[in-house]
Amino acid sequence: MKPFAYARPSDVAEAVREVAAEPNAVFLGGGTNLVDHLKLGVARPDLVVDVRTLTSREITDTGDGGLLVGAAVSNSELAADRRVRERWPVLTQALLAGANGQLRNLATVGGNPLQRTRCVYFQDVTTACNKRAPGSGCSAIGGYTRYHAILGASEQCIATHPSDMAVALTALDAVVHTEGPRGARTIPFGELHRLPGDDPSRDTVLEHGELVTAVELPPLEMARRSTYRKVRDRASYAFALVSVAAAVDLADDGTVRDARVALGGVAHTPWRATRAEEVLRGRRLTDDTARAAAEAELADAVPQPGIDGGNAFKVPLVARTLTAALRILTGREG
Amino acid sequence: MTELLEPRAMGRDLVRRDGVRKVRGTATYAFETPVESPAFCHPLQATVARGRITAVDTTAAEALDGVLAVVTHENAERLASTDDAELAVLQSPEVAFRGQPIGVVVAETSELARQAADLVRVTYDEQPHDSVLSADRGDLYAPEKVNPGYDTDTVQGDVDAELAASAVRVEQTYATAMVHNNPLEPHASTALWDAADGGKLTLWDSTQGVHPDRKAVCSLFGLDLERVQVVCPYVGGGFGSKGTPHANVVLVAMAARALPGRAVKLALTRQQMFTMAGYRTPTIQRMQLGADRDGRIRALALDVVEQTSRIKEFAEQTGVPARMMYTAAARRTTHRLAALDVPVPSWFRAPGECPGMFGPEVAMDELAHALGMDPVELRIRNEPDRDPETGQPWSSRHLVECLREGAERFGWAGRDPRPGVRREDGWLVGTGMASSVYPTMRQAQSTATVRFEDGRYVVEIGAADLGTGAWTVLPQIAADALDADVDDVEVRIGDTRYPIASVAGGSSGTNTWGSAIVEAARQFRGKFGRRPEDGDEAQGSVDQAATDDEHATYAFGAQFVEARVHADTGEVRVPRLLGVFACGRIVNPRTARSQFIGGMTMGLSMALHENSAWDARIGQVANHDLAEYHVTVNADVGDVQAHWIDEHDPYVNAMGIKGIGEIGIVGTAAAVVNAVFHATGVRVRHLPVTLDKILPGLP
Repeated sequence: MKPFAYARPSDVAEAVREVAAEPNAVFLGGGTNLVDHLKLGVARPDLVVDVRTLTSREITDTGDGGLLVGAAVSNSELAADRRVRERWPVLTQALLAGANGQLRNLATVGGNPLQRTRCVYFQDVTTACNKRAPGSGCSAIGGYTRYHAILGASEQCIATHPSDMAVALTALDAVVHTEGPRGARTIPFGELHRLPGDDPSRDTVLEHGELVTAVELPPLEMARRSTYRKVRDRASYAFALVSVAAAVDLADDGTVRDARVALGGVAHTPWRATRAEEVLRGRRLTDDTARAAAEAELADAVPQPGIDGGNAFKVPLVARTLTAALRILTGREG
Repeated sequence: MTELLEPRAMGRDLVRRDGVRKVRGTATYAFETPVESPAFCHPLQATVARGRITAVDTTAAEALDGVLAVVTHENAERLASTDDAELAVLQSPEVAFRGQPIGVVVAETSELARQAADLVRVTYDEQPHDSVLSADRGDLYAPEKVNPGYDTDTVQGDVDAELAASAVRVEQTYATAMVHNNPLEPHASTALWDAADGGKLTLWDSTQGVHPDRKAVCSLFGLDLERVQVVCPYVGGGFGSKGTPHANVVLVAMAARALPGRAVKLALTRQQMFTMAGYRTPTIQRMQLGADRDGRIRALALDVVEQTSRIKEFAEQTGVPARMMYTAAARRTTHRLAALDVPVPSWFRAPGECPGMFGPEVAMDELAHALGMDPVELRIRNEPDRDPETGQPWSSRHLVECLREGAERFGWAGRDPRPGVRREDGWLVGTGMASSVYPTMRQAQSTATVRFEDGRYVVEIGAADLGTGAWTVLPQIAADALDADVDDVEVRIGDTRYPIASVAGGSSGTNTWGSAIVEAARQFRGKFGRRPEDGDEAQGSVDQAATDDEHATYAFGAQFVEARVHADTGEVRVPRLLGVFACGRIVNPRTARSQFIGGMTMGLSMALHENSAWDARIGQVANHDLAEYHVTVNADVGDVQAHWIDEHDPYVNAMGIKGIGEIGIVGTAAAVVNAVFHATGVRVRHLPVTLDKILPGLP
């Protein structure tokens, strides 16, 4: 581990100033991802600015049926909130599908969506990785691709975003509140993360020194009928192979009036499945509809060959997982 | 035949003597050994899979304040013995696999050692490497023997002719994955080289045997036995990976000798566990079974292909259990190896028996299906009355009883054999079973001392407790051997100060050490009678591997599994595992049950999860941490039941016991695969059973 300076500023403005002033500075939230990366030598900051106590730990009603969740609220606290459980069950389920109890107690709402994309080669400093060492190459392509992207990848990077919570927040059209060197702003959750393109070193659109202060959950009546279905290689404590966050608004005759679908485990970002949503709207919710929606979303999917057969299985698995998720929402067998 | 001890303390479910210390955190593990101002080590590892080091620049590392030593092949001491290429580290610039230790940094803190290790610049003359195992390689070879000394190949009768004459044949290739032991406690040591008086090394090491560990260290460094003391009261899991010393032990000893008078500590990181601590080779098992319509096996052949490292051979004895498990008119087993540019494989959770009961036990299920016969019945029908390999009678064999009792307890009767026809709430449901076996082994050397001290019996033996229960069960054996109250017996283990004891491996520990203790107790009572005086002391030894060479000695078992496979996603859940074992007398039901269900859980892990994803392009395990290398977690484990039958075996030893440490894992994975087939109709022949292998076969 490389030595670094540690600062504990007294407020958000000071924290932003300190990170903005030091090109090689990072914010520390719960530390569930950063501390790992410090130990592995993946993150090599000169300055670590601890913001855990600076942002709000409150979950407040916004007055319009939405919630404003302070960035320092832990994943456990958010998952347990009665309002969230009743009005956005997909979010509680996604939170509880991630990591384990100890990690969820540490992880924060502000930090969890900002964890780095996950890839065994990114985490191993003895291998080439364009994200960690721009221009060094991508070891994942043709390597161990089981957990890698089938959508939106580039020749520079095929890693996937690991946050379960972020998949739910993407489906729910959450809004991120930030404060940065250029002041405060809001970012639609679906625009927070970025595809790797030619610069995989950046996972989000946040500027250097820009701190997430809160996440806003806008009112969404259909989210009361929502679910998170995560498929992984063991029953708990594993990253998603594929996950689906889904909410539907069903007419009395079973026709889909509106739908929200986001996918995890398939791309460098939580993946909002707008094409799938379009297919679902106006149709009755059957397995065939679910398959058609998945096929539309995956029309441009590019599976990655690799060790143990690569990740082509994710293409049918997305369709099957979406089918299973939508079955849950219509009360059919799980 | 031996006269069995009267069990009074044996058979009682006494609580673990070390339990409270472990729960309270006062049990001291190797790395935690309290020593004055220790220094810390971090290994340097090769980043090429094959080649030669051309330069090492340690300037920046050594310039850091607090770095005490950087030892590489350029300045390391020359070892007295380099016969074992895995242990002959830092002796040359040659690199034989990626991750091979090429140096060790010693510093005031572990963080500093790691930082300094990052600053060492190594340049290589990199050479092409080859690490792809396949059954088609042209350079496969037959080792002289397979672990630990079995014949490489065996042939009985004319397999081809019997196969041709068989009404039903199963000819399939099965594969088990490369897997790495990851005990909770990584390989770790504290070492102190006292230069005074000619030099003495004290090594607190996490090991499955302090005496074998000491012997290896003495041989490597050219030291007399009395100049090395190895101490290891507690082990946080070994599973074979601590049965032989690995390179970390050499590194820590070198570091200690480079800093006389200063204790040094070294613990492998989780990632380093994937290069330095041994692993199970992937196995490729070509299986041929031929049978008559009534299920009697005519031909049984198992041809195994595995890997070893280019620098040191380890030949896993995967074909061995097929030699004795069932009757067959003709039989063949073979082992072929590829020597690759890979880390050195070694012992891993029931080497041989565990992978070797995968292919054959799945093939038996396939045969039963092809015959339209119940798989339990097929096994009973091929029960041999003598060891098919040697012709010897069994000391005891109660496989059929295990099968029947297991079937009864599990609710096997009336099972609908059709695959893929049961669906509950979106999950396809099936059941499967397999047999288990493990040889009853005793090591050839162990000695125990019994001494009467302050009104109590003190038993000393340099044995090891891997967390399995030796601290608890050895006093039970000693109490019965002495005809004393178990509370009046104290057993001391885990230190080379105590008499020599064999490695805790091959499920032989309790058998071997217990036999030595029984002998010591007999000597003691013979000399001092029932009224000894303070300080009276006697020794007893085991000096041959078996008490009886006229019988085939094995433990047997049967495992039953319920599997559920999600009809959409292919996710596999195993809500029920049930095993029944015949392992002679059970010394302590509490620790025994823990070992059985632990083994079965490891079998579940092997079946569904464990897989070292080998990246042959760079020559390393890609998923080398516990986030990516999956072991079964609590949520994967449902109802696990271990039962045993009351087995009386007068031939194995005076305690009437067989080993129980490893049989629990044997057969489990096959039973899971067989249950998944019954649930879905999809036969997965390559472990682990991950959903991508099932999806193509689901509707």
